[in-house]
Amino acid sequence: MAENNRAVVRLKEKFAESILDVTEFRGEVTVTVKKDGIIPVLAFLKQSLQYNLLTDVTAVDYLGKKEDRYMLVYQLFSIDNKDRLRIKAPLAESDGRIQSATQVWRTADWLEREVYDLFGIIFENHPDLRRILMTPDWVGHPLRKDYPLQGPDREPYKGRLS
Amino acid sequence: MGVDNPLGDNIITTSLDALVNWSRKSSIWPMTFGLACCAIEMMATGASHNDLDRFGIIFRASPRQSDCIIIAGTVTKKMLPVIKTVYEQMPEPKWVIAMGACACSGGVFDTYSVVQGIDEALPVDVYIPGCPPRPEALLFGLMKLQDKIMKEKNSFGSAIGLGNRITSAA
Repeated sequence: MAENNRAVVRLKEKFAESILDVTEFRGEVTVTVKKDGIIPVLAFLKQSLQYNLLTDVTAVDYLGKKEDRYMLVYQLFSIDNKDRLRIKAPLAESDGRIQSATQVWRTADWLEREVYDLFGIIFENHPDLRRILMTPDWVGHPLRKDYPLQGPDREPYKGRLS
Repeated sequence: MGVDNPLGDNIITTSLDALVNWSRKSSIWPMTFGLACCAIEMMATGASHNDLDRFGIIFRASPRQSDCIIIAGTVTKKMLPVIKTVYEQMPEPKWVIAMGACACSGGVFDTYSVVQGIDEALPVDVYIPGCPPRPEALLFGLMKLQDKIMKEKNSFGSAIGLGNRITSAA
């Protein structure tokens, strides 16, 4: 169970005021933390709990579904202990910025550039925050839910029979 | 089409045109532009079982020495400037084959990042449908291109600097 997870136990005693939620689904443990406390939590997980591999950084756009529009997701893996952990941090639409995880894992550089490119989330203190997938002159962030699927310069497709 | 044909149509010029057209259609050197799964079928067409070499079609991975470009696969907006540059580097005469649903129309990728058909940027001579087209379909498309080349007029005159090459629609 999530309560017995080695990381959850240590995080709860050290960062009790930062943790918003702990869930487990089919053996996958997810810890939701406040965005202001993200870097101390991630640094502690890497340095003290051997989560030495940052597998992925991504985001979710909950436009119209949740109060905080964006949810940042960090997928961690511990090579030593062979276990995984997911850290989430909600971001309000009015304040779409968060501290960069590059100071903890160098891998976060390109992963955060992808999130910036597709969601428009600003990573503070990132060494080189520019687009990585779309062309440099691209306008907008395509994975946002309010970005038109067929691009802003096209009439949207309304279905075969319309 | 174009009317700039100072040599006119007579038995000598049409015979010379046929000779030039025959040599061109018998040695199409396609610039490969494999972008997706269509590239695998294109490679299969060039390999021993289907053997493009028997038509004199030899892949030439250099735009300066090729006279046909096979757009094989999904063209993204990020790749489009590269294709345009390669096409501009090819010497005249040059032909374009759009291979597969994506190169013809964007295919299933009706999205913000995909060009909805390479004919938005290049003058396409042969469209080959399929997802991906089988090697037989690519072979048939190349043979259609050969037919089209054989129907061209004033190809001898334009080769020696008199008038323009006149291509018919079909």
